[in-house]
Amino acid sequence: MELKTLTFIVVGITFTLYIGIAIWARARTTKDFYIAGGGVHPVANGMATAADWMSAASFISMAGLIAFMGYGGSVFLMGWTGGYVLLAMLLAPYLRKFGKFTVPEFIGDRFYSRTARIVAVICLIVASVTYVIGQMKGIGVAFSRFLEVEYGVGLLIGMGIVFFYAVLGGMKGITYTQIAQYCVLIFAYTIPAIFISLNLTGNPIPQLGLGSTMAGTDVYLLDKLDLIVRDLGFAEYSTSARLSRLNMFAYTLSLMIGTAGLPHVIIRFFTVPKVRDARSSAGWALVFIAILYTTAPGVAAMARLNLMETIQPANGQNLVYAERPSWFKNWEKTGLLKFEDKNSDGRIQYTASADTNEMVKVDPDIMVLANPEIARLPNWVIALVAAGGLAAALSTAAGLLLAIASAISHDLLKGVFRPDISEKGELLASRIAMAVAVLFAGYLGLNPPDFAAGTVALAFGLAASSIFPALMMGIFNKRMNKEGAIAGMVAGLSVTLLYVFQHKGIMFVESTSFLGDMSPNWFMGIEPNAFGAVGAAVNFAVAYAVSKVTAAPPEHIQHLVEDIRVPSGAGFASSH
Amino acid sequence: MSSENRAAYWASNLKLVGVLLTIWFVVSYLFGIILVEPLNNFRLGGYKLGFWFAQQGSIYVFVVLIYVYTVQMNKLDRKHGVHED
Repeated sequence: MELKTLTFIVVGITFTLYIGIAIWARARTTKDFYIAGGGVHPVANGMATAADWMSAASFISMAGLIAFMGYGGSVFLMGWTGGYVLLAMLLAPYLRKFGKFTVPEFIGDRFYSRTARIVAVICLIVASVTYVIGQMKGIGVAFSRFLEVEYGVGLLIGMGIVFFYAVLGGMKGITYTQIAQYCVLIFAYTIPAIFISLNLTGNPIPQLGLGSTMAGTDVYLLDKLDLIVRDLGFAEYSTSARLSRLNMFAYTLSLMIGTAGLPHVIIRFFTVPKVRDARSSAGWALVFIAILYTTAPGVAAMARLNLMETIQPANGQNLVYAERPSWFKNWEKTGLLKFEDKNSDGRIQYTASADTNEMVKVDPDIMVLANPEIARLPNWVIALVAAGGLAAALSTAAGLLLAIASAISHDLLKGVFRPDISEKGELLASRIAMAVAVLFAGYLGLNPPDFAAGTVALAFGLAASSIFPALMMGIFNKRMNKEGAIAGMVAGLSVTLLYVFQHKGIMFVESTSFLGDMSPNWFMGIEPNAFGAVGAAVNFAVAYAVSKVTAAPPEHIQHLVEDIRVPSGAGFASSH
Repeated sequence: MSSENRAAYWASNLKLVGVLLTIWFVVSYLFGIILVEPLNNFRLGGYKLGFWFAQQGSIYVFVVLIYVYTVQMNKLDRKHGVHED
């Protein structure tokens, strides 16, 4: 069957499934809307968390980045998984014990301050909105490439689906669609990887294939890849670091702390029944995430090898441009792949030197999407990859939108402006907030602001430098008071924003970067994307210092901290 | 529940988390980044060992760490009588 027809069928089936789930899982109370009723099984929540977490960036971009960065790409692999260890041991069980609906609610109660709650709401909204723009872009791109519909039309279809299940079902609808989306995306990711690993190494498991010899030879795949890229002047695949090792250290740490501090991930742990479920659920989430994250290095190296070997099957025998395969032509049409015959020999030279390299553009984003075509896999696999990319983008977008909507209806409306609002009124308000958030995100997806490109750095920087330290100190430092927490959040946030903006421009408008994005200006050679870790350190230090010189928090707050530290529901109150 | 029991429970919790986070640091930051070059002299099949820790091994260890944490904390909850239901 033709690829386009097949893709329509596969994507159509998955969308019908999501709508079916939405109708079945309608929200009837605010508890349903914010935390899916609070009765989600820990394994189910783990799966939903994995889909919530793995976005278009994980599914589409990550393996492509690793393919061109080699060892340096490890920062994403360790950074986006290691954060779950922090989440499981330092935050999730305690926040679950606290037993409220949102992250700013914890910060507001623990630091007995409406100001702290509002600061947290602002951090949450900025981090989540910037993050959601990326998802909207992913939805539009996946539609326009695979279904050959306009970017804007694709975006509207995707938004319509999210609108339907997020407004109708809130967290309940989102949870159950995310479980379905996880299944779609993990099949879509691993099936091509298994085929490619089998083709290249004879071993169907990509995690093992990557460490195996090439089929029919005794040369290891990674050694062969190192040899090929080195011969063409590129950095050796298995050892090329990303800038300095200090930078890789800071980058990995920023991503880990940022992961643990992202509100849309944290609120997923409010949906399980018990404290011990929150612990095990974080473990399950990481298992489901690790299936994709340990497959990605294999996908990356094998895609790079296939690409190199297609262009240059043997030394000196470069591919004739006129005989290039159809996937090459298709991606040229999108502008993500560009060839320029610099020496006019009609053949393609792909080297590290800017003077002789004729592959003038190879966008890393195409690696995962083009991989099945490069490996000549059947059309249904390619259709599945399209559905998987959409599932990854939709599930993350929905989770982010819920975090935004609940911050507006629960933290701002009920928490600050209308504390006396009825249950029914709040449920209606949360649906309206969700609808507005979806429309707003869609608008930003259609008209991406100038700062769209740098938004991931901003989201992780904010989460790492403001939200994570405040939550952790709220649990582990009984003496931490509102003055310390607010000063810490503001200091961490300011340092991170200042560093990102001075190098990347204010809200990423390049001309306003008052120091210029030059590596000599970087603090100890740390790139702006990796600065969240420094911001977090500043937050901890400032908060600690300020809390030392100001009054201790009131007695009932210290009791609250003691109470969230133990799982049993009886808590402090009943022990008197 | 007595405050001594509460303090003992919290101290054991901190000790467990301390040990697990040390391992977390060692496999990712130490083996995967700081010591990657010396470790790359060793091999695990086709993988250089440091590279393996950075792109595979650390992730497997993370999963095991959360598993151990969950099991140990459930035991600790029971020992101190602070488990749910």
